[in-house]
Amino acid sequence: MTALVLRSGLLTSIQDLGRHGLQHLGIVPCGAMDTVSHRIANALVGNDADCATLECTVLGPDLLFEQEVLIACYGAQFDARCESKALPMNRPVWLPAGSKLKLGAAVRGARTYLAVAGGFQTPLVMSSRSTYMPAGFGGFEGRALRKNDRISLHAAVSDLSQARLSRLSRRGVKSSGALRSVAWSAPSLTLSGAQHAGIRAIAGRNFDQFDAASQARFFESTWKISSESNRMGYRLLGPELQRTKRTEIISEPTCLGTIQVPNSGAPIVLMADHQTTGGYPKFGEVASVDIPELAQLAPGATFRFVQCDLNAAVQARRAMDHLVASVCQSIAWEF
Amino acid sequence: MSSQFPLCIPLGDAAILFQFSHGIDLAVNAQIQQVAFALRQRQPAWVRDIVPALTGLAIHYDLSMVPQDIEPATALSTLMTECLARRLPNLDKLARTITVPVCYDPSFGLDLEAVAEQCKLSIAEVITRHCASAHRVLMVGFSPGHPYIGGLDARLSVPRLTTPRPIVQAGSVAIANTQSVVYPWTISGGWSILGRSPMRFFNPDNNPPTVFSPGDRVQFVAISRAEYEQSLQTPNR
Repeated sequence: MTALVLRSGLLTSIQDLGRHGLQHLGIVPCGAMDTVSHRIANALVGNDADCATLECTVLGPDLLFEQEVLIACYGAQFDARCESKALPMNRPVWLPAGSKLKLGAAVRGARTYLAVAGGFQTPLVMSSRSTYMPAGFGGFEGRALRKNDRISLHAAVSDLSQARLSRLSRRGVKSSGALRSVAWSAPSLTLSGAQHAGIRAIAGRNFDQFDAASQARFFESTWKISSESNRMGYRLLGPELQRTKRTEIISEPTCLGTIQVPNSGAPIVLMADHQTTGGYPKFGEVASVDIPELAQLAPGATFRFVQCDLNAAVQARRAMDHLVASVCQSIAWEF
Repeated sequence: MSSQFPLCIPLGDAAILFQFSHGIDLAVNAQIQQVAFALRQRQPAWVRDIVPALTGLAIHYDLSMVPQDIEPATALSTLMTECLARRLPNLDKLARTITVPVCYDPSFGLDLEAVAEQCKLSIAEVITRHCASAHRVLMVGFSPGHPYIGGLDARLSVPRLTTPRPIVQAGSVAIANTQSVVYPWTISGGWSILGRSPMRFFNPDNNPPTVFSPGDRVQFVAISRAEYEQSLQTPNR
């Protein structure tokens, strides 16, 4: 069971829920940038949440599936096609053997997660399949996918996946391009688009070192994601944030979502591949509930921050976890 | 350590930082390492990472695994208080000694001569003192396996280079202020380079994948250029 890469896309990598418990050795969890979408993509094909998916960024890959396969794309909306047919997003799709899938360009959002029943099979590196590109390990040979890569798919699939696969494949013609799907789809949870309320942020450990004008500007301004952003961090373009005194900061642990401000005054939000420790002042921390939404904003996109306290962040995150669990549960019932 | 420490500082809703001192203090850092060992013995299932650092210790947790009735900052503060109230594990028994061969050949030790000049020592004395220092890994961070090593002989204290080098080769051994570093990866750097080690400091197939862990003692041993070249040939180094 393999998928052959016909075209790599802009940045396509194998990801899962990350490798945890190694930050004391300088090894970051890494994993899917939008873990909510990764989870739901897996649920749509009957997988466990930690099965490896393909994280496809802004411009997706072209793939050839050599055997029949059950797939789902969830996250950003892509202009995806299978042969001549549009590929429906956010739902399980059965493709007959020899199908060519063109993921195309993102129409809304930045990252879509392509899940296959059983998951992509690459060696487990430190208990995870996530690709950590800065150090070249995990995923497929520690790097983004390239043309002619052949990625293995797990032959064994869950009972849930098998049930869905059988029901879809039983119907109608089985020629390539004759994809089969269902009449329902999962709701989008991490694409807020133009109307979004803002990314919630909690004042950080060094917030008080910034002048009052910078503290206010941070929450009043519209920020633009710089083209120099990547999976390690989002560099933000907007007003400069100034510290009242420039004391040297001793390097200390950082987190996913830490908003650090180097002396240039331009903030950087640490994302999935961030360094485990850093010596820049911490202006704030993005509420974990809004990391997936931030991950769906591509370079060039604009957004605002909304101030939030720790308690509200915890409540919002718990509510989101509950929502994701219920969406995954309803998907399982649909099977 | 005064009674105000450790300070409990939430890092967003995903981690708590316990700060033990404002500046870097080797005795305090040793205590941080002891606390990290003690916490690992008793960590709840929802704790993902315990990261001892230069002046504090971060505990990362997965909020989706934290039971509804538990408030992470309160629970972790209680756990910290409990650990500190008991006798902490003996770091000298838990820590390993990592022997790191270093070739101090001038072709590798690009700043050896400048350091000797600044410290008013001979090159041979710089090497002797670097090897004789009681080094300990204070923190591993920045990149996989990258150690922050304290305990450098005070006579070798030099400031950072005014102009960082755009490329420092992996394996380079360098110093700045009161610390030493071994670069596991080729990166840019502003520390004074004394030599290079043939060791491979990160291997994802090893367990643990890094040579250095926080709390380890580090013993640098001078090797010749010939020994360096020979070590490079060793398979699975």
